[in-house]
Amino acid sequence: MSKTIEEINERIKQGKAVVFTAEEIIDVAKEDGVKTAAQKVDIVTTGTFGPMCSSGAFLNLGHTKPRMRISKAWLNDLEVFCGIAAVDLYVGATQIPDNDPANAVHPGSFPYGGGHLIEDLVAGKQIRIKAQSYGTQEYPRREMKGSFTIKDINEAFLFNPRNCYQNYNVAVNTSKDKLYTYLGVLKPGMGNANYCSAGQLSPLINDPDYRTIGIGTRIFLGGGIGYVAWPGTQHNPDALRNDKGVPRASAGTLALIGDLKQMRPEWLRGASIIGYGVSLTLGIGIPIPILDEDLLRQTCITDADILAPVVDYAVDYPEFTNRVLAEVDYASLKSGYIAINRRKIPSFPISSYAKAREIARILKTWIEQKRFTLTVPSAALPGRESGLKFKRFGGKYR
Amino acid sequence: MTVSQKVVLHYPPFLTEKPVVYGLVKKYNIMFNILKASFSADDKEGLLVLELSGTSASLKRGLGYLHKLGVKTELLSQDIIRFEDKCVHCGVCSAVCPTNAFYFRAPEMLVELEITRCIGCEECFRVCPYRAIEISFKIKP
Repeated sequence: MSKTIEEINERIKQGKAVVFTAEEIIDVAKEDGVKTAAQKVDIVTTGTFGPMCSSGAFLNLGHTKPRMRISKAWLNDLEVFCGIAAVDLYVGATQIPDNDPANAVHPGSFPYGGGHLIEDLVAGKQIRIKAQSYGTQEYPRREMKGSFTIKDINEAFLFNPRNCYQNYNVAVNTSKDKLYTYLGVLKPGMGNANYCSAGQLSPLINDPDYRTIGIGTRIFLGGGIGYVAWPGTQHNPDALRNDKGVPRASAGTLALIGDLKQMRPEWLRGASIIGYGVSLTLGIGIPIPILDEDLLRQTCITDADILAPVVDYAVDYPEFTNRVLAEVDYASLKSGYIAINRRKIPSFPISSYAKAREIARILKTWIEQKRFTLTVPSAALPGRESGLKFKRFGGKYR
Repeated sequence: MTVSQKVVLHYPPFLTEKPVVYGLVKKYNIMFNILKASFSADDKEGLLVLELSGTSASLKRGLGYLHKLGVKTELLSQDIIRFEDKCVHCGVCSAVCPTNAFYFRAPEMLVELEITRCIGCEECFRVCPYRAIEISFKIKP
């Protein structure tokens, strides 16, 4: 038994497609058996909602009169990248204002940054702009001050070099001092363990060998439609895997692209992470076409089957030692406690499982209402066979 | 053991020129931190919000001393407010909450707030990435 994406799209158009979320499919397969379920089910939807620092947006402002070749610009006092064409800009999610004290008094609170700017854009708020140029003969303007909303500019699209980490570290702190990290506040003496993955709902966990998620895959992105653009930075198919082929540490990643003008602030939020900086919390949902039994079996993965490495953020993460204190499964993490060396440690998520579930359900509804069809990837992501590995910096440094 | 209590002091006009708070320090060994002060020029009541720290016995005697002088006092409680529209139900607040006032409800995985357990430590307010938490002061009945 096997299906094609074209056949599934035909069923979507007829309103006959059978869709379940990556959570619901677990029980469906238990009741019907994998073979029957694989015949019956067309699509499994996944979701994730967590902070993703490797995010940002390209804007094209449109030209002023007279024209200007912007060489430096600030939006809401955040410096944006102008080293591209005349009125093209890139807003990075972690950018903070020049006068933010950052961690000068530790821990800094980082009240506003790139993530918030992107959220404000999507919310339709007025954005202040100040721009400078050295001036050229065809672009004579040297200065500009003003304001705009997302409706006033030509293009605004999100382009995130790395999202959707396939699994991630669980952070603990073995030191005597409180730690403020991008995985939240870590109490001394392993007072808590923080994790950041939607587990059984997470996109790449449900398609661990990247059989259907590839370059060109259409997705739910920030409440609008987006696409997988490329393998994400630090894409590491080589990571250790369990007997079901699911990575036991951070592995594959996705570079994503999508029209900001379609997105909604509910699914795209600036995040102020105390002691660390600013990030962008983003809702992503990816459909997985059930082309055969193997794909269905993989989407039936449960939290109990997914292991994550517990890493000490006091020493091992900053020093890049690769030491793993223990491996724990997501069922334990979600229960609120994990055991390390027979000690009970309270565990907390940094990403929102409730929102991830909502996204998988929205994507399911979109498909059922014929508002979303699937795409055949233009090219596959590099898999285990590619030999691609995550490297340390290989250049010279002091 | 040292305890802290935030107190609102209402001064009658005849007391505004007297060193009332000095008495708290000198006689009852109470430390104070001024949170808010307003004294009007038109001889109406003065207002002072203090955080008092000392033993619970000394705080009790100190408050008695204020009453005897004619200062009306009200105790302030510090609560937190969570804005549902801003909360994304991540667990950053629950990880730092010392009393499990913020906790996860399974299987929904929603962060719930049991306000009676809140001790007003402000940790959640400091760490919330989405500014979904605010501090509110209320007069204790």
